Amino acid sequence: MPEKTERKTHRSVSYAKWGYFFIAPFFAVFIVFQLIPLLSTFYYSLFEYYRVGLKQIGPNFVYFKNYIEVLTGEMPEYALNTLIIWIMGFIPQILVSMLLAVWFTSYRLKLRGQRFFKTVIYMPNLIMASALAMLFFMLFSPVGPVNQMLTEWGIIDQSILFFNIPITARAIIAFMNFLMWFGNTTILLMAGIMGIDQNLFETAQIDGAKPFMIFIKITLPLLMPILVYVLITSMIGGIQMFDIPQVMTNRLGTPDRTTMTLIMYLNRHLTSKNLGLGGAVSVIVFIMTSILSVFVYSSLMRNYRIPREKAGTALFGKTKQKQSEVEVI
Amino acid sequence: MGTFKKLLVLVVAFAIMASIVACQQPVSEPEQPQETKPVAETPSDKPAEPAVEEGKVFNIYCWNTEFQDRFKMFFEDKGLVPEGVTVNWVITPSDGGAYQQKLDETLLAQESAAADDRIDLFLIEADYALKYVNSDYTLDVYKSVGLTEADTADMYQYTKDICTDANGILKGVSWQACPGGLIYRRSIAKDVLGSDDPATVQAALDSWAKFDAVAAQAKAKGYYMTSGYVATYRTFSNNVSAPWVNENDEIVFDPSIKQWIAQTKTYLDNGYTLPYGIWDAESFNEAKVDGRAMCYFGPGWFFDFCLMPATLADSEAEAAPGNGSYGDWGLVKGPQGFFWGGTWICAAAGSDNVGLTREVMKTLTCDKDTLLAITEKYADFTNNVSAMQEVAASDYAHPFLGGQNHIAVLLDSAQSIDMSNITMYDQLLNEPLPAAFLDYFLGNITEEEAYDNFFTAAIETYPNLKRPG
Repeated sequence: MPEKTERKTHRSVSYAKWGYFFIAPFFAVFIVFQLIPLLSTFYYSLFEYYRVGLKQIGPNFVYFKNYIEVLTGEMPEYALNTLIIWIMGFIPQILVSMLLAVWFTSYRLKLRGQRFFKTVIYMPNLIMASALAMLFFMLFSPVGPVNQMLTEWGIIDQSILFFNIPITARAIIAFMNFLMWFGNTTILLMAGIMGIDQNLFETAQIDGAKPFMIFIKITLPLLMPILVYVLITSMIGGIQMFDIPQVMTNRLGTPDRTTMTLIMYLNRHLTSKNLGLGGAVSVIVFIMTSILSVFVYSSLMRNYRIPREKAGTALFGKTKQKQSEVEVI
Repeated sequence: MGTFKKLLVLVVAFAIMASIVACQQPVSEPEQPQETKPVAETPSDKPAEPAVEEGKVFNIYCWNTEFQDRFKMFFEDKGLVPEGVTVNWVITPSDGGAYQQKLDETLLAQESAAADDRIDLFLIEADYALKYVNSDYTLDVYKSVGLTEADTADMYQYTKDICTDANGILKGVSWQACPGGLIYRRSIAKDVLGSDDPATVQAALDSWAKFDAVAAQAKAKGYYMTSGYVATYRTFSNNVSAPWVNENDEIVFDPSIKQWIAQTKTYLDNGYTLPYGIWDAESFNEAKVDGRAMCYFGPGWFFDFCLMPATLADSEAEAAPGNGSYGDWGLVKGPQGFFWGGTWICAAAGSDNVGLTREVMKTLTCDKDTLLAITEKYADFTNNVSAMQEVAASDYAHPFLGGQNHIAVLLDSAQSIDMSNITMYDQLLNEPLPAAFLDYFLGNITEEEAYDNFFTAAIETYPNLKRPG
């Protein structure tokens, strides 16, 4: 035993292999459950491959026929639906979150019961999306409380069919998304604002800047990395929007398929076991997500980086580091 | 020290690995039985299937508790399940094809599954029966399961036609025939037509033209003709003159479906009905004591299993006249005869409990006494011609229908059901059609666009189908 230990100490000790050893489980799981499915998705998107009844059709290699079919078909329309619903939810989300974050972090306001409010605004995120969708489905149903109240107050004399009018159906979905995510965004933005040097606010105030001016000139520019992060994650989340409209419209994307999102469309192909078309849709969504992320990130970060670049390489180096941090997130 | 460290690292690594793999398990393993229930012990003096050693788990796949109720009451509680056999129910709702999906996944994995995990018995509906009947996953009822022609002689012919495959082999049997009728609210009929007598009501509603005229009268009195726009759909979709899909795999709109579209547009425009689906709570609400819907369409199981619970004012109290609108209903044939639903029992290929399946089929679908008892208990129109003729001629009365003998009303319809136009696509074409056209009915889109949306959705579901050329 002692001999063995001695021999070991002779060699230079390398702990690197243990590092690999520890991260190996992750990679094993990643390869089996993510990488292989990902690659097979690419692969099958080039095939005609579906099931009719219990009969398997294909796989027959068809080059890019699936891609042409979905792109010339209705997929652009569903991408637009997704975008519209996401924007309808994201604009109020970012505005409300920003306002709350500024209020919560303002050393002048010193709001009481912050902890309570932070918990409360985060609450909706803890509810399962499908449960929330069912709840809203009940609330806005033709005989639901919303219609009853409106009738009682004499605003309407006949129930509004909220789920059969494109604008209201989309608005309800967007509102649910807003409700679920504004708390999360508020907390992220607060973290960002609290990371800003307090001296800057005080200096600005001594120079006579009004709160709004401080917000525009100091908070906003310095908050940019966090804002970019929020925008990108929310956009990716938006592209993946699925559970709420799926449950609320009973997977049909009614009315007139105006609430059919990209992933619902994908799901329709997958429920019919159409791996070819489903794969094509997935790959396009994947590419779209990548492009959007890169585009938004680079365009927003450009404004943030320019002054630093002028300031000198040392600072620039620092920004670069920050950039990679954000990417990791 | 060194070895200890190594050992520790190894243990931790395995622990992490195991926990990750354990976390992934539910994803990779599709099979989670929804309800497992040990079976009541059979008296030991009963010889239980001595010939072949059968599996200890009897897996039944179905989509609601309708069959489960009947199985428990007329099979399990009678001690017919052999000792030591556990009945395992896997129930998946049929909505949106979820049940078919579940069934497909399990059937396709049937060969590689352990004997106790294989499906032994599963239920199918007429709307997609052909998909399974024409496959190798169902067993020949006579040759493989072991029923005799004599056992099935008294069944309604159409119930056998549905489950007969392209080679003429019977693959499934049913305990019920499902002729549907028009279920009307007696008090509203009295107000609108001046009488709630079935003969008078039938005379006033025996064609669609008359039905439309009464709808206008009902509207004038503040009632709705039906509780939802989908209510009449089955009646039309059942009387189609050609199958949904032709030999070129093109989707064909039958004149009967087009007639439904035209009629329903008028009904919603004129306020004769409401924009609710058959299964929407709002639709059933109109059957409550203060509900305003005059007509529902459906077979025995519909008013007994679905409509009746909705009519009760107090669901805890006994279902009897005086509780809500219970008893204030009547049944007539209506403008057109139709059938709706019906559940067929199939034996799955690869099952290790074929003997038990045979007993289930024999008892629940061939035994006249059991079928009479089912009719008595659940108001089912059961699948036995002579039994139903007996009941029709008897003084059988259903209190929900104000003491009417609904078997007698539906007897002729059952004989005349024609199943020649069914396809395996029916469920997932019929189910989304009304929803696709609702946008048109409400004036959001044109009729053309509604057709377009329907075709798009249909082809997403069945990629092999084509729009009519």
